[in-house]
Amino acid sequence: MATPSKPPIALAPNALLSAARWRWYEPVLCLLAFAAPALFPGHALIVNEIAIVALFAVSLDLVLGYTGIVSLGHAAFLGFGAYSAALFAKHIHPDPLLGLAVGMAAAMVLGAACSLTILRGSDLTRLMVTLGMALILMELANKLDWLTGGSDGLQGVVMGPVLGRFEFDLYGQVAAWYSLSTLLLLLVLARRWVQSPWGATLMAVRDNPLRAMSIGISVPQRLAVVYTLAAALAGAAGALMAQTTGFASLDVFGMDRSADVVLMLVIGGVGWLYGGVVGAVVFKLMHDLIAAITPQYWTFWIGLFLVLLMLVGRERLIRPWRWFARSGQGPQA
Amino acid sequence: MLTLLFDGIAYGMLLFILAVGLSVTMGLMNFINLAHGAFAMVGGYLTVLLMQRWQVPFGLCLPIAFAASALLGAALERTLYRPMYKKPHLDQVLFSIGLAFMSVATMDYFMGSQQQIMQLPDSLRGRTEWGSGEVWELGMGHYRLFIIAVCAVLTLALQWVLTRTRFGSRLRASVDDSRVAAGLGIPVNQVFALTFAVGSGLAGLGGALGAEVLGLDPTFPLKFMVYFLIVVAVGGTSSITGPLLAALLLGIADVAGKYYAPKLGAFIVYALMIALLMWRPQGLFVRQGGK
Repeated sequence: MATPSKPPIALAPNALLSAARWRWYEPVLCLLAFAAPALFPGHALIVNEIAIVALFAVSLDLVLGYTGIVSLGHAAFLGFGAYSAALFAKHIHPDPLLGLAVGMAAAMVLGAACSLTILRGSDLTRLMVTLGMALILMELANKLDWLTGGSDGLQGVVMGPVLGRFEFDLYGQVAAWYSLSTLLLLLVLARRWVQSPWGATLMAVRDNPLRAMSIGISVPQRLAVVYTLAAALAGAAGALMAQTTGFASLDVFGMDRSADVVLMLVIGGVGWLYGGVVGAVVFKLMHDLIAAITPQYWTFWIGLFLVLLMLVGRERLIRPWRWFARSGQGPQA
Repeated sequence: MLTLLFDGIAYGMLLFILAVGLSVTMGLMNFINLAHGAFAMVGGYLTVLLMQRWQVPFGLCLPIAFAASALLGAALERTLYRPMYKKPHLDQVLFSIGLAFMSVATMDYFMGSQQQIMQLPDSLRGRTEWGSGEVWELGMGHYRLFIIAVCAVLTLALQWVLTRTRFGSRLRASVDDSRVAAGLGIPVNQVFALTFAVGSGLAGLGGALGAEVLGLDPTFPLKFMVYFLIVVAVGGTSSITGPLLAALLLGIADVAGKYYAPKLGAFIVYALMIALLMWRPQGLFVRQGGK
C-alpha cells in the first residue's frame, strides 16, 4: 500500500495488476486448509471454528483495514446472521445453503441500514454507534424471548444435509468442509473485489478522505458499500456458526466477541485479507492453549498481550525484521 | 414521578463524577481510554475492603479511595499511557481494552467473582417521604441525597477550578490547542498528568460512592464502560457542563426507562444515544470554534 517511492505514476496500473496476481502459495494454502479436516479428524471441530472466525475477521478487515472505520460492534452482524439463519432453519426450511443465503441477506440489509450511522463523526462517535448497535440487538434478542428463546438461546435447530447429500456428522468433518469452502469462496471474491480499481479507491478513502473526495471519489458511497458488504460476510460467518453448532445464543452479540475479532485482525495484520485468517488461526490456538492452563483467567493474559503489543507497536508483530529498528519510521497503518 | 426524577438525578450525578475524568483526558490528549472504569472499580473495592476488614468509617474511606485511585492513575499515566498518545485510535482502543481485561481478571482472582455487598453507615440508610400519594410524592433515600450533595459540591469545585484558577486556564488552553499552549510555555505534559490523576481519583471516588447503587463485581469496568463513553460522546469533550447535562439526561432516561418500560431494558438508552450521535456527531453541547 504505502510504498512511498517505488511505483512511478506511469506504472500505477502495472503495480495494481501485480498486486492482484495470484501467488504460487495461495492455492497451496487453500489445499492445505482443505486437507486439514481429513488429516486431523479429531480436530475438525476446531478447524470449523477457525474457519468461521476467520471469515468474521476478513469481514472486519474490509471495514477496519481497508476503510479505517474503528468498529467495536461488528458482532452485531455476526449475531444477526446467526439468528436469522437459525430461525430460518427452524421455522421455514432446513437446507444449509438457503439458510446461509438468508443469513447473509439479512445481515446485508442490516448493514445497509447501519451504514447510515457511520458516515459522519469522529472515531469516538463511530466506536460508540457501532457498539450501541450491537448492544441494541443483544437487548432485542434478549427481550423477544418468544422468538429467540431469550437468554436460554435458540435451541432445537436441526439442519438438513449440505447440497442434499452430506449429513453433518458428530465429529464435525462435514461442518469443517462446509465452513472452509464458504470461507475460501468469499475470501476469493473479497480479494478480487478489493484489488479491483474500485477497491483501490477504498484505500484512498482510508488514507486521506479529503484528497479522495477532491479527486472525485464519493466517500459516503464507498463507506456505505463496504460496510454493507462486510456486514454480509459477517452474516455468513454467523450463519455458519449457527448451522454447524445447531444453536444461537446471546453471546454472539457480546462485546468481547467484537473485541476478540479486532485482536485477531491486529495479530494477523490489518489491511491484508489474509491477515484475518492468520490472526484467527493464531488467536484460536492461543486461546485453546491458555484456556487449557488457566480456564478462568485467560482474559488476563489476552489483556497483557494486547497492552504489550500496543506498547511495542503492532506493526512489528507481522514484520519481524523491524523488531530492532526505531519506531516511528516507515509506513503507519 | 418526582421520586423517579430524584433517583435519576442521583444516578446521573454519579455517572458524571465517574466520567468527568474520562471526558477531560479525552479532550486534552484525544486519547480513547476504555479502561477508565477500572479506576472506579479500584476505588469501590478499596472502600469495601477497608470497611469490611478494618472497620474504617465510610466517611474516611471516600478520601482514601480518591487518593489511591489518583496515585494509581498518575503511576499508570507515567509508565503506560504516555507512549500511547501519538498512536492511532485503533491502537489506543485495543491498549485500553487490554488494560480493562487485565483489571477484570485480576479482581476476579483476588476478590472472587461474586457481587460485593456494601454496609452503609446507619446515618445514611433512612428514607424521607414528602407529600401524599395523590398529587405528588417524593421519596428520597438518604444515601442518594448524600450522593447528590457530594457530587454537586464536587461539580461546583471543578467548575471553580476550571474557570477561576490559573491551573484551570492552562488546562482549558491545552484542551483547545495543545500545540499552541505548549508554544506559550504551558507544561502540557504536567497539566495532563495532573488532570489524569485527578480524573482517575474522581472515578475512584465515584466507584466508592456508587458501589451500593450500581453494584460492584469484577466486570464493572466493562459493564459501565458503555455508560461512561455515552456521557463523553454525547456531552462532548470541551467543557464540563456538556458531560454533566449528558450524564443527567442519561441517568434520568435510564431510571425512567427501567421503571416505565422494563421490557425494553437498556434499549432506550442505546437508541437515544445513536439518535443523538447521528443528529450531532460531535456531541450535543459543543462550543463553536473549538478544535
